[in-house]
Amino acid sequence: MDKLICKCGHENPPGTVLCESCGRPLNEQEQNKQLADMRYEGTARRSQTYNKSIIDKIWNFFSSVKVGVGIIIVLLIAAALGTILPQKQYVPATTEADIEAYYTDIYGSVGTVYHALGFHDLYNSFWFIGLVGMLAISLIIASLDRFVPLYRSLKNQRVLRHSSFMRKQRILAEGPGDTDTLKKAEEKLADLKYKVSTDKNGLLAEKGRFSRWGPYVNHIGLIIFLFGVMLRMMPGFYVDETLWIREGETRAIPDAPGYVLESKGFTLETYTGEGEEEKFGEAIDRVGTVAKNYQTDVVLYKIPEGALPGDTADMEMVEEHAIRVNQPFKFDGYALYQMDFQQDELKTMSFALQNKETGESRGDLTIDLVNPETNYELEDGSVVELLGYYPDFSGFENGEPQTATPLPKNPGFLVKMTTPDTPDGETSFITIQNTVEPLGDNDYKLAFQGVETRDASGLTVRKDRTLPILGLGGLIFMIGVAQGMYFNHRRFWIQQQADGSILLAGHTNKNWFGLKKDLDQVTEHASLPAYRDQQEDMEAQEKREGEQLT
Amino acid sequence: MSTEKKRNKKKNRTIMRSVILLLLVAAIGYTIYNSVTADEVEVLKVGDPAPDFTLTDLDGETHKLSDYKGQGVFLNFWGTWCEPCIKEMPAMANQYEVYEDQGVQVLAVNIAQSNFEVETFARQYGLNFPIAIDRDKSVMTAYNIRPLPTTMLVNPQGEIQRIVTGEMTEQDIAGFMEEIKPE
Repeated sequence: MDKLICKCGHENPPGTVLCESCGRPLNEQEQNKQLADMRYEGTARRSQTYNKSIIDKIWNFFSSVKVGVGIIIVLLIAAALGTILPQKQYVPATTEADIEAYYTDIYGSVGTVYHALGFHDLYNSFWFIGLVGMLAISLIIASLDRFVPLYRSLKNQRVLRHSSFMRKQRILAEGPGDTDTLKKAEEKLADLKYKVSTDKNGLLAEKGRFSRWGPYVNHIGLIIFLFGVMLRMMPGFYVDETLWIREGETRAIPDAPGYVLESKGFTLETYTGEGEEEKFGEAIDRVGTVAKNYQTDVVLYKIPEGALPGDTADMEMVEEHAIRVNQPFKFDGYALYQMDFQQDELKTMSFALQNKETGESRGDLTIDLVNPETNYELEDGSVVELLGYYPDFSGFENGEPQTATPLPKNPGFLVKMTTPDTPDGETSFITIQNTVEPLGDNDYKLAFQGVETRDASGLTVRKDRTLPILGLGGLIFMIGVAQGMYFNHRRFWIQQQADGSILLAGHTNKNWFGLKKDLDQVTEHASLPAYRDQQEDMEAQEKREGEQLT
Repeated sequence: MSTEKKRNKKKNRTIMRSVILLLLVAAIGYTIYNSVTADEVEVLKVGDPAPDFTLTDLDGETHKLSDYKGQGVFLNFWGTWCEPCIKEMPAMANQYEVYEDQGVQVLAVNIAQSNFEVETFARQYGLNFPIAIDRDKSVMTAYNIRPLPTTMLVNPQGEIQRIVTGEMTEQDIAGFMEEIKPE
């Protein structure tokens, strides 16, 4: 394509609609229009200009606003479909294979397809990320393609425009003027904070040009935001882990290398409805109990620089802290949140060694279910020896007791009881509410005395280094929105012809009412000819014609 | 404008556009790659250097992974509640007898159970390899172990040669030890 040379002599890039310099319409279609399309100042969108190599074709594809909107719609539909079946983190399965099987088992073939297409983990499915990426490309390219020519055109605009350009503007005034009309108009416009430039017999008054950059600033904000979201996938930028820790336990904090946490205790407080809290009495009666506080008291340790995982000998205590709901424990960019709890897990069990016949006790023993000992010696020389311990007894396999989990949910003990009466010892397998005597009847038994329990805290470990980037993106986005929404780019072109008559045109990208208010003041001050709004005239005309038809 | 100038401009445009598109596509590609590989073992991949650690076994001996450089290390994470873990233990013991002299070290890392449970288990099965308890799960966390059993095969260069999740047969174990034994 060749350059378009306007009658005024200016060379315009191919595809230009209105001459960049004088504003003359450059093609027949535009010439026949009653009003000029001022959206991009009649500049050529760069993508439309060149369409040769494959790179150009790809570029042009992404430059289209239609394509951008299309991508957004596809993303919306995909996100909506992703809510129909639960996402994988809400599915009671942990391994990939189990998760896949779950969708098939519960939802049938729909579930299979759903899983196969990645809808079960939508935000991490490659095609979803790919689409978001394409949206980012579309934002960047579409903006570049429009911003550059618009910027150039506004930078190079001339004061004197061709009368055909001015007559195609929405606000138009024509009529006689005085010798000082231009001067007075210039005064008033400067008063109204317009930047006025003059050339020979004309002037250009302009205000709020920066409002035109609003959409592009807005897009820069979005791109920065998307970049921040992209960073979340990089190791080290974003951590969102769960840590279950029981009272008395010491645990390495997942994804926080070098940090170890000890739980001193979990507290759940409820409102009592007494004293100062009497006013809550009614509510408490209605709903039962109302939680007042969920709290985990923790101690944070740090493994010294250079020490290895597993080397807990010289950990340094960093801080003691109480983690409460909405009051996370923050350290070194990490935050620990109180998220969940589990009360009354078994911690110890106490038994009395009793003679079955007489009921006489030879003493009590307490077995620590978290860290049991082997021998429990009683005062009179009796000994209970722990032969086997199964914290979550689940039955026998090949005569061997099994445990389903490492947690003491249903403890089973294989013990050997030796007393002065029974020096050879008696063997017994004890579970809650059940005792088996595998080697024949015993004289002695362990009678259950009581338990101690402990609570578990569910903490969330979070680190988000992308937050400042997301914040910056959001801020720039809002600046762009404000720039484009609350400010308008207003322009007036005024020319005085040789015979003294005035030609005036006005344009704004938004808020024509405001533009007219400005013009009213200028008209009054400089006695300009009355203006008309060509678009309103056209609409009124159409309406009249419509009425005539009916 | 001369045709040469025009050609230059076109060339510049193509280069500019290609560079922008390439950068954007690379960013997206990298993001997708990251999200796809982030699934099971987040930080560790085959070929990565195995994170160093130190653990004390049931006999009170300290095992530091980096001390085994030049040997293959068969690092098995297990617990007594995990059935497949228990099943593969005797096979590991058998193959350890074969490969110990060939420079393969077996280290079984129990996940935070009590001394009593682990000692009883080791005695009952007559296990000949060192067993250490990862009391605060720090080694487990460093290796990002999710399902049990998981076995990390560390080659003599100290790199992860292979990550095995799930039960191994004795044949598997022999093959894996063969893979990591020093030349």
